[in-house]
Amino acid sequence: MMLTCKEVSRLASQGLDRRLGFGERIALRVHLAICDGCTNFSRQMQFLRKAVAGIGDSPES
Amino acid sequence: MNDFRSQVESQRPYLLRYASLQLRDRQAAEDAVQDALVAALAGEAGFAGRSNLRTWLTGILKHKIIDTIRRAAREATLLLPEPDTAEFDALFDASGHWAAMPADWGDPHATLGQKQFFAALEECLGRLPKKTSDAFMLREHLGLDTGEICKELGVTPTHCWVLLYRARMALRECLETNWFRK
Repeated sequence: MMLTCKEVSRLASQGLDRRLGFGERIALRVHLAICDGCTNFSRQMQFLRKAVAGIGDSPES
Repeated sequence: MNDFRSQVESQRPYLLRYASLQLRDRQAAEDAVQDALVAALAGEAGFAGRSNLRTWLTGILKHKIIDTIRRAAREATLLLPEPDTAEFDALFDASGHWAAMPADWGDPHATLGQKQFFAALEECLGRLPKKTSDAFMLREHLGLDTGEICKELGVTPTHCWVLLYRARMALRECLETNWFRK
């Protein structure tokens, strides 16, 4: 049930589009707990969502 | 609410703690408890004053927890067949680890406060293939769910997830190179 970073990147993306199953969530969490690269990746995905939602809200500066 | 129902309902917090402990996942625990309570209310006759209510309910819950774990095991094997994302193979080494580790992008607030960042983002979006970018904008900017996007673009759900995955992978790569590492 150990996932590779490649599989994690795919799951982290799908987690933004559908509700992951119990097994998937556990496998993802186990991997993220020990992998800085994937932790950064998954934060980047959250950030992208925020950024793209905010296009056109033109920031002040 | 009749008496039996409220007695059963009063056990919910206990059952939830019990299920959370076993499943270590809040959502899965809530689902299992919900299933157990529904089954208990439908099977009131089976209780008929036998033993104590908490013990009886816990027994039902155990079966639901086992079902959940079985389903999870099946899912874990379903997880294996990978859709075609070979285009990203170069980003990973032979064992499936990042060839170049994704960076820490720092404080999102600070970045999102900069006009030039949005120029860079739009530049990166502009490099995506049309269908990929359509799927991504429908999802992330317009907030449609994947079901609606599939209908919109005439693709299967799996293809839809792959399109969104492609978009995110390409965008993060582009932003990391052209903004965050600059």
